[in-house]
Amino acid sequence: MPRDSLDNQHFETVIIGAGMAGMAAGIRLALAGKKVIILERHNASGGLNSFYSIEGRKYDVGLHALTNYVPKSTKGTPLAKLLRQLRIPYDALDLCPQFGSRVAFPGCELKFSNDFALLEAEVARAFPAQTDGFRALAEEVRTLDAFNLGAIPTSAREAVQRHIKDSLLEDMIFCPVMYYGSAEEHDMDYGQFAIMFRSLFFEGFARPFEGVRVIIKLLQDKYRSLGGLRRMKCGIQKIHSDGTRATAITLDDGATLTADKIISTAGVVETERLCDDRPADASANNIGQLSFTETITALDCQPADFGWEDTIIFFNTRERFHYGRCDDDLVDPTSGVICFPNNYDYSDGRQMDEGFLRITAMANHDQWCALEEPEYLAQKEHWYQELQKVALGILPQPKLDLDAHRLDKDMFTPRTVRKFTGHLNGAIYGAPHKIKDGRTHLENLYIAGTDQGFLGIIGAMLSGISMANLHVLKGN
Amino acid sequence: MTEDQVKQIVIDIINEIAPDEDTSDLKGEISLRDQMDLDSMDFLDIVMELRKQHGIEVPEEDYPELASLDSCGNYLTPKFNAK
Repeated sequence: MPRDSLDNQHFETVIIGAGMAGMAAGIRLALAGKKVIILERHNASGGLNSFYSIEGRKYDVGLHALTNYVPKSTKGTPLAKLLRQLRIPYDALDLCPQFGSRVAFPGCELKFSNDFALLEAEVARAFPAQTDGFRALAEEVRTLDAFNLGAIPTSAREAVQRHIKDSLLEDMIFCPVMYYGSAEEHDMDYGQFAIMFRSLFFEGFARPFEGVRVIIKLLQDKYRSLGGLRRMKCGIQKIHSDGTRATAITLDDGATLTADKIISTAGVVETERLCDDRPADASANNIGQLSFTETITALDCQPADFGWEDTIIFFNTRERFHYGRCDDDLVDPTSGVICFPNNYDYSDGRQMDEGFLRITAMANHDQWCALEEPEYLAQKEHWYQELQKVALGILPQPKLDLDAHRLDKDMFTPRTVRKFTGHLNGAIYGAPHKIKDGRTHLENLYIAGTDQGFLGIIGAMLSGISMANLHVLKGN
Repeated sequence: MTEDQVKQIVIDIINEIAPDEDTSDLKGEISLRDQMDLDSMDFLDIVMELRKQHGIEVPEEDYPELASLDSCGNYLTPKFNAK
């Protein structure tokens, strides 16, 4: 049966994108009784954080860990605010805390967990001369107004160097903070640094037993139960404007609809380029440069059987940590993230039937996208093997043979990211210059999600919530 | 409608939007923020529910009138009775 056309329909708010931010914004507007619709180009929700199945095996993309984890009833934290705003009970997320993680650099390791005292003790052990500096940094980050730095340098590198005088420790702090959310190369905004530092180290990591699909399903069900409308496989061709306001939206199928307000989670440059009053190459200097590849290996036993007990390992094998576009080759295997989704404290004795090993590293979007199909597949195979080698050099000596226990493997590249998120350059964390107030050149078109500058899954949802509150619900 | 009934409506809304908060012993004259973990986002929800459930409009410049249960009673009761 052909679905009803959206042609000539009017909505109070149209939301572009059914990722975490779009769905959270949708829930807020549906709660307020607004006539709202979410339009999503793909057939799956979640955007950057999604999931898929191959031969009955479930894979997650995005979400190694939900950051910002706090135990139930911890007040005043991003997670608590989010749940209240969406009216979702804490237990519905099924959040299970990490075992423990570490940062692994040549000749130096720092363990950390959801208890900040462990990281403090580790810094004191490995960098005794930096103990006071680290404490001062932590105190500053704890109390900083991330959106109003005052006299403090906006460069996070400069701001941190005021406290940390050892470049190895500095790099070891930046490695996880950058890998889990920085769209900027080499440095980041100190406010963004503070948000990430808190979410990783003061709060912590957790994961629902069933992975990211638990969160996506919760958001979908909540939105639907409130009467919110959603249309999948529904790409946007153009946003029309009179130069001041967005006046209409034309869909890929040619239908044209109108809306009082539009919240776009498609990315700031991507959204601007949809507008008919902007050139197709607008804002080229604000396109993200950082893309990633990830290998996923399914195992017939638990990572612990290999002797691998960590939840997440952030690694670097160079003398100085390099967080920047990978220019020399398809993949930069000299730094990255190793993640074991099994290594969370799943309550009630639950454990995943199969083991999973995920390895993330930076990759070059243009080079991957230029490959013809046979070469693309051959390079995937090559870099899969290379990244396993790198990981085996970082991980404790395995008690079992990895090749003998591999059930299956998969890999995503920048090409995959671009296809499923629509982000230019396959830039996972979007544009380097964020739009903190969500405003665009059109007075009724707003940005939410990655490019508004909240980070992580909880950040993405809070972005959708705060943009819906600020621009649609408040004073209305 | 009496001020006490209106205050009860506000308490019911708070119970709905912040189910983890204890509203059994709220003091009327003390600000709600000082007694519970509520922020500006939560006040937006109180306004939203007043509109949705009771058709009461609270313009943004009047949000401070919702600071305590007593001020809610003062401010909202005439609005309820004018419906």
